[in-house]
Amino acid sequence: MDFLQTFKIALRALRTNKMRSFLTMLGIIIGIAAVIAMMAVGSGASYVISQQIASIGSNIILVIPGSTTSGGLRMGSGGSQTLTSDDVRAVMAECPSVLRASGTTRSTSQVVYGNMNWSTIVMGAAPELFDIREWPVVSGRSIGQQDMEGGAKVCLLGQTVAENLFGGDDPVGKMVRIKKIPFTVIGVLERKGQSPQGTDQDDTVFVPLRTAQVKLSRSSFPNSIGAMIVQARSEQLLDKAEEEIKNLLNQRHRITAGKEPDFSTRNLSEILAVAEQSSKAMSLLLGAVASISLIVGGIGIMNIMLVSVTERTREIGIRMAIGARRNDILLQFMTEAVLLTLIGGLIGICLGAGGALIVSHILEWPTLISIESITIAFFFSGAVGIFFGFYPARKAAGLNPIDALRYE
Amino acid sequence: MSTVISLSDIRRVFIMGDQQFEALKGVSFSIESGEFVAIMGASGSGKSTCMNILGCLDRPTSGDYLLDGLGVANMNQDQLAEIRNRKLGFVFQGFNLLARTPAVENVELPLVYAGRSSRERRARAMAALEQVGLQGKEYNHTSQLSGGQQQRVAIARALVNDPAVILADEPTGNLDSTTSDEIMNLFTSLNRQGITIIMVTHEADVAAYAGRRITFRDGRIIDDTRG
Repeated sequence: MDFLQTFKIALRALRTNKMRSFLTMLGIIIGIAAVIAMMAVGSGASYVISQQIASIGSNIILVIPGSTTSGGLRMGSGGSQTLTSDDVRAVMAECPSVLRASGTTRSTSQVVYGNMNWSTIVMGAAPELFDIREWPVVSGRSIGQQDMEGGAKVCLLGQTVAENLFGGDDPVGKMVRIKKIPFTVIGVLERKGQSPQGTDQDDTVFVPLRTAQVKLSRSSFPNSIGAMIVQARSEQLLDKAEEEIKNLLNQRHRITAGKEPDFSTRNLSEILAVAEQSSKAMSLLLGAVASISLIVGGIGIMNIMLVSVTERTREIGIRMAIGARRNDILLQFMTEAVLLTLIGGLIGICLGAGGALIVSHILEWPTLISIESITIAFFFSGAVGIFFGFYPARKAAGLNPIDALRYE
Repeated sequence: MSTVISLSDIRRVFIMGDQQFEALKGVSFSIESGEFVAIMGASGSGKSTCMNILGCLDRPTSGDYLLDGLGVANMNQDQLAEIRNRKLGFVFQGFNLLARTPAVENVELPLVYAGRSSRERRARAMAALEQVGLQGKEYNHTSQLSGGQQQRVAIARALVNDPAVILADEPTGNLDSTTSDEIMNLFTSLNRQGITIIMVTHEADVAAYAGRRITFRDGRIIDDTRG
């Protein structure tokens, strides 16, 4: 008997009991829809995290000034101004595992262009920062070494700042004022999007670090920096670089054993890797829960197939009497079960994908429906049919034709 | 005339728990091609057991069975399925058609398992339905047909594979007397066309249509009359 015929017979059998077939499928539909939706939401989350990791730059170590104690009053992290541009130069010169480093300062300030103004973050940065963070300009040029050394009054605008101050105009070459000091816009940075913390990274103006220290800072230590961003030579050297930086700064700051250091280091990629791992674990967990519902659906299919075999005992007898072999019967019931789960699987895939899209639309939660998850879901639903259809089908094929024909 | 069926010393023992029941106690007969044979007997006489063995649905405990020259007594289930498909046509008391299925597809069923192409199946099924006088009813679902018409569909299904023998088990048991006569006349005319028919019945007037009557009692043949 050819497969097409088996397929037709199975399809007819499912059609004669439409409602029952649908209800039987429901378990698989829900299971597959859950798997697809969970995987979409889960991989959407890890996609966002990996995007954010990429937006920070790779192999990054952040060095921030530590707490200071002044008259018994402990300041929080970053409360002191112990890190200086000299520390940055020393790290670059003396730590072999370090590729690049840049000091940064950070302040909030009103930026004015013509009759427009915008409150934003003004960051002082060395030219290296834009290499570390892989953040190029889309128009104009980036901050160069001579801007840095000369303390030039130039700035780079993030996309959000450019939009708010200039609308659709090209800001390059225009003059903006930061704390009443005129700066020439030399470039506009590429859009970077949200940081892992959820802040808009494009809402920033960059000025040369030297300019920020001398012209914008009211600090009595013009050489101090707010933080140091360091890039290690490779992922493998990340821990080594961190160690080198700590040792060097301990030495430079005369931190002896047992004394609390006046700086701390943070390995950003590590933090985010943990976040990514936990989101993966989460989606694995959701997937496991969803597969349980698939197994429950499969048991439902086995149950209904067993009822169907009993109900159609006479039909099985007729088929056997007129020449169906055991394998023909086995194949017929297997085909029915697999058809049930595959159709259920397809409906489930559509519902799951639709559900994921709705979730991402309403909750603005990113979802990612991958071809792999659809393929896996499809074949898995087929496998459920084979697994749970086999026992009822074997029961049908093992019937004695005489008893089956006599069955009332 | 060639011998289509030859049974020699067929025994069939059923074992139920620790009890043995010998349903057939050494049955031997042969049937020539073109014969119309009625197998008679009271219930429990062994005629149904004999019919199951003739129909290759059951295997004898001992003895030899040659069907169309093939020894089928020791074949396995799948080989028997193939023999049933190629050599035999079944007509049952309860018609045993597939419900919610058009007549023509019921008739095609043996050809489906024989692996024939759909075009050949359809052509042969239509011809068989015409042979039993059901032209115009080919696409009716079996539930829309009367009892006599359903039995005609079953006879067409038995005919469609060009079997060596048609086995009919109480074919008129569920029909009224007028329809019974129609069905028996159909069997008679098919037999005149050279088709071998073996029919189980316990009604003497139905058996009268057959050219030979074999009567069973207590697992043995007690009478075998021709004419």
